[in-house]
Amino acid sequence: MSSSSPAAALDAENLTCIRDDRTLFSGLSFRVESGQALVVSGRNGSGKTTLLRTLSGMRMPDEGAIRWCGDDIYRLGSDYNASTAYVGHRDGNKLDLTPLENLAFVRSLGDPHPDLQPAQALATVDLAGFEDVATRNLSAGQQRRLALARLLITRAPLWILDEPFTSLDTHGIAIVEELAHNHLVNGGMLVVTSHHMVNLDSSAVIHLNLSA
Amino acid sequence: MSTAPLSHAFLILFKRDLTLAYRKRAEIVNPLLFFVLVTAMFPLGIGADPAQLRDIGPGIIWVAALLAALLSLETIFRSDFEDGSLEQLLLCPHPLSILMLAKVAAHWVTTGLPLLLVAPLLAVLLDLPEEARSTLLITLALGTPVLSLVGTIGVALTVGLRRGGMILSLLVLPLYVPVLIFAASAVTTAGAGLPVSAHLFLLTALLALAVSLSPAATAAALRISLS
Repeated sequence: MSSSSPAAALDAENLTCIRDDRTLFSGLSFRVESGQALVVSGRNGSGKTTLLRTLSGMRMPDEGAIRWCGDDIYRLGSDYNASTAYVGHRDGNKLDLTPLENLAFVRSLGDPHPDLQPAQALATVDLAGFEDVATRNLSAGQQRRLALARLLITRAPLWILDEPFTSLDTHGIAIVEELAHNHLVNGGMLVVTSHHMVNLDSSAVIHLNLSA
Repeated sequence: MSTAPLSHAFLILFKRDLTLAYRKRAEIVNPLLFFVLVTAMFPLGIGADPAQLRDIGPGIIWVAALLAALLSLETIFRSDFEDGSLEQLLLCPHPLSILMLAKVAAHWVTTGLPLLLVAPLLAVLLDLPEEARSTLLITLALGTPVLSLVGTIGVALTVGLRRGGMILSLLVLPLYVPVLIFAASAVTTAGAGLPVSAHLFLLTALLALAVSLSPAATAAALRISLS
C-alpha cells in the first residue's frame, strides 16, 4: 500500500457523532482521494477533534461507516493504522527521550519510509542540531515540529492533523505547509483542522464546515 | 506493508520504557522505600516479639508488597496519557494487547523486581524461619507479576479520570485477594515445614491466566478510556 496507489481513498458515509447526549454532527459524508486535502473548519466545540479522532480509528462513529480503499476501517484494523499518521492536540513525544530517539521509536513501530532516516526528517522540520537534546528542553514550537516530523518517517499516505499550527511561528507554519504540499503532490491525503488559513493548492482542497 | 514483526514491536516498547525508567531513576526507588518502610512499621507498632512477628510476617510482607504494587501502578500510563504517546500506541499498526504486555513487563522489571531484591532483608527483619524465606521469594516472583497485570486493567479504565487513585484501589484490591491468600499462606505453610507445591501451582496458574487474559482486557479498557 504505497502512497501512490491510485485506488487509495477515504470515504465517510453518514457519520454521526454524539457526545454527552449532544449531537455534534450527523449524516456527514465525504470522500478524500489521493492528492486531496480535507480542511475541516467550525466553531469551538463543533466536533472537529471528535471527527478527526473518529477518522483515525480511535473512536467509533455512533452511526455510519468509514472506509479506506473500500474496506471498513474497523475490519482493516492495523492495516489501516499503518496507512495513517495522526498528530493530535498532544504532541505524543516522550519528553525524556531525545528527538532522534522519539523518531526512531515511531519509525520502528510503523511502516518505515525506506529512504528517509530520522536525522533527515529532523533536518526537514528545521531541528538539525537538536538531535541529542532532551525533548523536554525544546520550546513548544520545536516540540510541535518534532511531532510533525513523525509524518515523514513512515510511509503512511493519510495524514490526520488536529490544529497542526498550534504554537508554530510563521517560519514553522511555512515548513508545515510545504510538507503538506509535497505530500499531496506525491499522491498523499490530508485531513486537517485549523483556525489558520491553510495555504494549499485550491484545486486539491475540500472544505468542510461543521458549524454550517 | 512492511511493519516490524510482533516480537520486535514488543522489544522496542519494552526497551523504550526501560530507557525512560532509567532516565527517571529516582522514581524507581519510591515503591521500594515504601515497601521497606511499611514493613518496618509493624515491629514498631505491635512490639518486637519474635514469635508474634514470625506468625504475622508473611501477611505483613505480602500486604506491603500489594500496596507498593498498587501505588506504583498508577504511573504506568500517566506520562504516556499526558504527553499523547498513549494515543500514538493505540494507533500504531500492532496489536494493542502485545504492546500492553510490553508496558507491564517493563513496569514490573522496574517496580516489582526490586521488591524481590529487598524481600530477603525484610524476612530477616521479621524473623521468618529459614525454610520460609525461599518460599517468600518464589511467591513474590510468581505473585507480583499477577498484581501488575491485573492492576493494569484497572489503571487502563481510570487513566482519563482526574482523581483515579481511590477508584483504582477500590477496583483492584478485591482482585488481589486470591494472590494474597495463596502467597501468604504458602509462606506460613513453608515456615511450619509443610510442602507448599499446591500453593505454588495455584499461583502459577493465576500467573498463566493473568498473562494470557489481562493484556487483551487492558487493551479493551484503554480503547474505552481514550475514545
